[in-house]
Amino acid sequence: MAVADLKLEQRARATESLSDWLGRRGAAFWITAGLLLVMPAIASPFWLVQIIAYAMILGLVALSLMFLAGYGGIVSLIQMTVAGFAGYLVAILGDSAIAQISLKWPWWTAAPVAILIATLFGTLSGALSVRTEGIYTIMITLAIASAFYYLTLQNYTIFNGFSGFNGIVPPVFLGIDWGQNLSFYYLTLACATLAYGAVVYVSRAPFGLALQGTRDNPRRMAALGFDVVAHRIGAYAFASLIAASAGVLLVWYQRQISPGTAGVGPVVDMLIIAVVGGLSRPIGPFIGALVYVLLRTFSLDVLEGLGLDGRRYQLLIGLGFLVIVLFSPDGLIGIWQRLRERYRRSADTRDAQMRSGGGSP
Amino acid sequence: MSAVAGAMDPTATRERLTAAGSANALELRGVSRLFGALAALSDVTLSVRPGERRAVLGSNGAGKTTLFNCITGDFAPSSGVIRFFGEDVTSFPPQERIRRGLRRTYQISSLFAGLSVLDNVYLACRGVSRNRFSMIRPRRDDALVHAAERLVEAVHLSPVRDRLVGELAYGQQRQLEIALALSGAPRFILFDEPAAGLSPTERRDLVHILTSLPSHIGYIIIEHDMDVALRVVESVTMMHNGRIFKEGRPEDIETDPEVQELYLGGGHAGGGHG
Repeated sequence: MAVADLKLEQRARATESLSDWLGRRGAAFWITAGLLLVMPAIASPFWLVQIIAYAMILGLVALSLMFLAGYGGIVSLIQMTVAGFAGYLVAILGDSAIAQISLKWPWWTAAPVAILIATLFGTLSGALSVRTEGIYTIMITLAIASAFYYLTLQNYTIFNGFSGFNGIVPPVFLGIDWGQNLSFYYLTLACATLAYGAVVYVSRAPFGLALQGTRDNPRRMAALGFDVVAHRIGAYAFASLIAASAGVLLVWYQRQISPGTAGVGPVVDMLIIAVVGGLSRPIGPFIGALVYVLLRTFSLDVLEGLGLDGRRYQLLIGLGFLVIVLFSPDGLIGIWQRLRERYRRSADTRDAQMRSGGGSP
Repeated sequence: MSAVAGAMDPTATRERLTAAGSANALELRGVSRLFGALAALSDVTLSVRPGERRAVLGSNGAGKTTLFNCITGDFAPSSGVIRFFGEDVTSFPPQERIRRGLRRTYQISSLFAGLSVLDNVYLACRGVSRNRFSMIRPRRDDALVHAAERLVEAVHLSPVRDRLVGELAYGQQRQLEIALALSGAPRFILFDEPAAGLSPTERRDLVHILTSLPSHIGYIIIEHDMDVALRVVESVTMMHNGRIFKEGRPEDIETDPEVQELYLGGGHAGGGHG
C-alpha cells in the first residue's frame, strides 16, 4: 500500500483559523455541505437512511482507519470490531428484546459507557500491536478481530451467541424520537461532521503533526524527543473513540446486532472502503462508504437487469475495488485531485496564452 | 521508565545537578557494540568538554556512525557506560537523551517527507518541549512557531518553508537536517557527514553555520572532507576498526604520518588537503 507516498493536504499552516480554512474550500465542498443539509427535502426516506445515513456510519468507522493509516501509517483491522463492541455494549447495558441479558440502563448512561469501554478496548488492542509494523500489525489486529467474532458467536451468557440482540431502539429525548428517519439522518450527519472536523483539526495540531512524523520517519521522531510508541497508542485511542461512536449509531440504525456485524467480512470491508475512498484525506472514507453502500444495494438489480445471476453482486464489488486500486492507488479522492489539478493546469496555460496574446510558441 | 523515576527522586536530581556542573559534556567509558561476531565498536573511551568541538575521522566501517548511534541511544551499547553532562544515560531511550540537550543529524537525510519544511522544524521544536500530545492547534503568536520560523530563516530556507520536504533539492534537505538539530536548546550536537553531497558554495555556508554556533554548544562532527572537518574543530579523534587510535589537535593529525598512511591512503593525501 502506498501509504508512504501519500500527498496529504499539507500546505495548510498549523496556525490557520477556521475562517481561513473555510475560505480555502472549493465549490465542491460547499455544494456537498448544502446538499447534505437539504437532503431530506430531495431524497426519499429510503435514500435518506438506508443509503446516505448508513454510508455516513460506515464512513465514520472507515474514517477512524483513515486517521490511523493515512496519518500514522498504521493499518489496523480492529476498527470495525471496536464499533461492533460498542454496539454490543449498548445492547447489553441498555435495553433490547433479550430481557434476560440487557441491564436496561437509560441510554444516557449506556451509550457513553459503551463508547468509553470500546475506546479502552481499542486502545489496549492498539498497545498490543503498536510495536509491530506493516503486515504484522495487520496480522495482530486481524487476530484480535477474529477472536472477538468467535467470542460473540460462542458466548451465550453475555453476547447471546449466534442470534445476538434485537429490539434495540434509538432513544427519545428533547421530545424527539431519534429513531425517526429525519431525526436519525440529522443525528448521523451531525456526528459525521463533528468527527470529520475533529480529524481535520487534530491533523494540524501538535499531536496530529507528530503522528504524521512517526509515519514518515519513526526513528527521527525519537531522535527529536518524541515517544513514538506513546504517540501511536494515542492515535489508537483517538481513532477508537470515533469508531466506538459510530458503533452506537450503527446499532441504533440496524436495531439489532449479531456476530456477523463485526465478522471478518465487515472488518475487511472497512479496509476496502478506506482504500477505495482514499487514505490521504478525511473525506475519502465517506466517499468510499457511499460507493460501497450503493454497490451493495443496487448491483443485484443491475446484474439481474443485464440477465445475470444477481447473487454475483460481490463480484461487481470486487471488480470495482480492483479497478480503482489498479488505476488510482490513492483511491477515488486521488482521481478527483488529479482531475482538478489537470483542470487547473490547463486553465493556467490558457491564461498564460491569453496574456502572451496568441498562443504561438 | 527508569529515567522518569530517576528524575522524580530528589537525591538523584541533586547528584545529577552537581555532576553536571563539573562534568564533561560527553563521556564514554569502555563502550563496545557487537553485531553478531563483528565488533563495530570495541572498548571506546572518549571524553569531550562542554563547548568543545571535535572531529571523528576514520575510513568507512571504522565505527563512526555506530558511535553516534550508541551516544543517541538508537542502539544500546553491548557494554560500557555513556555519560551526558555527568548523568549516566546508558539505559535511556533516545527521546530522554534528546530532551537533555543532545542532538544529531543523519548521514542520509532523515526527514519527514510528507510534511512541509516549517512543520519539520516545528516538530523538532515541539519534541523537546511540553505538550507533545496537544490536540489544540498552535496560535499564530505561538512561541514555538516563531522559533521554528527563525530556524528556517537561519538555514536560508524561508522561501520554501511551506513546500513539502519530499520536493526539496538535496542541498536544501541537508540544510533542513541542521535546522532540526539546532531546535530547542541544544547543548551538544552530533553531525554525521553534514557536507556529503553539497556543492562548494553550500560547503562554505555549512562552515559558516558551524563556526557561528553559540560557543557553549559543543559538537562532534564526522566528515570526510578535511577542508570542512579540520576548519571547524579544535580536536580530532581518529578511529580505525572500531577503536580509537589517535587523538590530537587538527594540525598535528593532519601531518601525522601514521594517519596519512591509514586514513588518507598515501595517494589521496594531496586530494584531502585540497
